[in-house]
Amino acid sequence: MKLSFRKFIFLFLPISLGLFSCSKDNESETIIKFWAMGAEAEYVTKLVPEFERLNPGIKVKVQQVPWTAAQEKLVTAFASDNTPDACQLGNTWVPQFSALNAIIPLDEFIKASDRINKEKYFAGIWETNVLDNHTYGIPWYMDTRVMFYRKDVFEKVGYKDPPKTWAELLDLSKKIKAMHPKEEKYAIYLPTNEWAPFVMFGMEAGSTLLKDENTRGDFSSKEFKEAFRFSIDFHRHNLAPIGISQVTNVYQAFADEYFSIYISGPWNIPEFKKWMKGNLSDKWMTAPMPGYSNNYPGVSLAGGSSLVIFKNSNHKKEVWKFFEFLSQAKTQIEFYQMLNNLPSVKEAWENPIFRDDPYMQAFYSQFTNVRATPKIPEWEQIAFAKVQQYAELAARNSMNIDEALKNLDKDVDRILEKRRWIVEQKKIK
Amino acid sequence: MNFKQSQTAAYFFLAPAMSAIFVFFFLPVIAAFIMSFTDFDIYALGDLGSVRFVWFNNYIKLFDDPLFFTALKNTFYFVIVAAPLSIGVSLGAALLLNSKLVKFKAIFRLSYFIPVVTTLVAVAIVWRFIYHPKFGIINYILSLIGIAPVDWLGDTTTAMPAIILMSVWKSFGYNMIIFIAGLQNIPEDLYEAASIEGASGWQKFKSITIPMLAPTTIFISLITMIGYFQFFAEPYIMTQGGPLNSTLSVVQYMYQEGFRWWNMGYSASIAFVFFFIIMIGTLIQLKIQKSTE
Repeated sequence: MKLSFRKFIFLFLPISLGLFSCSKDNESETIIKFWAMGAEAEYVTKLVPEFERLNPGIKVKVQQVPWTAAQEKLVTAFASDNTPDACQLGNTWVPQFSALNAIIPLDEFIKASDRINKEKYFAGIWETNVLDNHTYGIPWYMDTRVMFYRKDVFEKVGYKDPPKTWAELLDLSKKIKAMHPKEEKYAIYLPTNEWAPFVMFGMEAGSTLLKDENTRGDFSSKEFKEAFRFSIDFHRHNLAPIGISQVTNVYQAFADEYFSIYISGPWNIPEFKKWMKGNLSDKWMTAPMPGYSNNYPGVSLAGGSSLVIFKNSNHKKEVWKFFEFLSQAKTQIEFYQMLNNLPSVKEAWENPIFRDDPYMQAFYSQFTNVRATPKIPEWEQIAFAKVQQYAELAARNSMNIDEALKNLDKDVDRILEKRRWIVEQKKIK
Repeated sequence: MNFKQSQTAAYFFLAPAMSAIFVFFFLPVIAAFIMSFTDFDIYALGDLGSVRFVWFNNYIKLFDDPLFFTALKNTFYFVIVAAPLSIGVSLGAALLLNSKLVKFKAIFRLSYFIPVVTTLVAVAIVWRFIYHPKFGIINYILSLIGIAPVDWLGDTTTAMPAIILMSVWKSFGYNMIIFIAGLQNIPEDLYEAASIEGASGWQKFKSITIPMLAPTTIFISLITMIGYFQFFAEPYIMTQGGPLNSTLSVVQYMYQEGFRWWNMGYSASIAFVFFFIIMIGTLIQLKIQKSTE
């Protein structure tokens, strides 16, 4: 009897504690629930005290959500009416959550704000948050992909400057491969489980990827086909490794000269710094993407995370204050120093931290030519499941280019069937 | 208390368990079944008005989906090769460990059982290194006898055998323990009698061990088959279904469609088709075993 009573107490202890902690909240205090992903959550917590000092009466509660499960968690939270007040959202997810009707347009807030407006941001990045002329998110930090390359290898084959056009990139790659005709060494790493470079090359060649109001695939178009052939030829001509399992550690492989070019984002800078040690430390650099012909830099992806407000929030005004705080150049630089997330406001880039960092120059100029992928909820499925699948089939020569792209369009049209129906319904109305 | 009364009492006692099963099992199954006739997706989560009742369209689409058949083929490949292999290995190990000649039985039993209790994620990551084309131990051993390195997980023909090998290694210990228990239940006098009659080791195995182990074997083969049909974590961690979908399993495909792309309706139809396939497999197996008895 005694034991079961004790069990009873243990069972109710957490519940009663929970009740107490709820009732402890001061009535005049507003608590904002803010969800952030991965390491961002850990470090944004360090910015919160300053915000709370400046805004007495508002408390921010940060909850960490792991990146890998973020989407499932958020959708589940939405389905069960448990969304936070605000959260950080990868900007390619903004269309999904606006389709879900889970997040609200922020136009009113932006109009009234003197701290946040479109002009303070890079146009391509801001654009990712705009759907049907409404802005659903504020860029928090941003990323894009550039070339990470081996300076010493480039110099050995006569390239003092990184390639500025596709033709130069191809020529350079052939020369690098020619240095090791027998060895298993390659010029560039274009893994088929990363869709980004394939899509970037396509956009650079002038493809819109989808057509008819984003309701059909347009991958068989002349533009995309040319770009796809260009990127697949690296695999077919042995300039890039085909399988992805040979490279278990990208950084080690880069240090070993297994390949000399890798298209990736700012999150990899600290990693490359860590692995390119000793006499390798000055042997690598970043460069903007080469252009199709004369325009430089070529297109890259407008990536990053945005700040969004959920529809069910009762504290939208307070959340907006928090967003304004996070959008100050000063706060963003502080955040960069903790986590290497590139600030989204242009003003922050005038700081010497960025102006004097050689690796940052490529990113700065790349951000002037970044573009959003099609802003529809199905894009992730198209990119991750389909573009990658057919890129792999083509790279392994199991399918020729024409056939691969025709099948890709067919699959994409299938995925977009529901969207076509919805767009038509809207037109009827 | 008459019979009727005791029956009501029984229902009364069963009620809590039954209602839990109903709410947490049957209701979701019914909901999923209905869902499999709709095109429930991410748009539907946002606006229920966009759900369309599509009747058998999901099922028709499924039978026209090459990826589903690839997944099905891979799953069958896995079950047909891995299940008998795993049962054979565990029976062999059980026989060896049950032999009176073996010393340090506990240590062997423990070391064969350790993979079973280790988390699959950790095991899969370690095996990814074992299979590594450049630094992996398997290729190192092969290089000693002059065989060129093989890209185990990166080649469409070797990826599945590599995963099968790992799964068998990971799971045979569990069946082995059950087999040992089965072996120890066989009365010693049967073997003694056979020895007196002058039966050879093989004859004893064939005429005593195998028939006496039949109930255990039926149980093990059913459980193993059903478990292997649902294989998911191995390819999910080691190959993500690649290369070229050569290790994509049905459950993984279902997971992708449902929880990655939110095509819940379609995903539900995969679940039901797959449920019937497993059920048919189980029935066939039971039939065969009954006819051999």
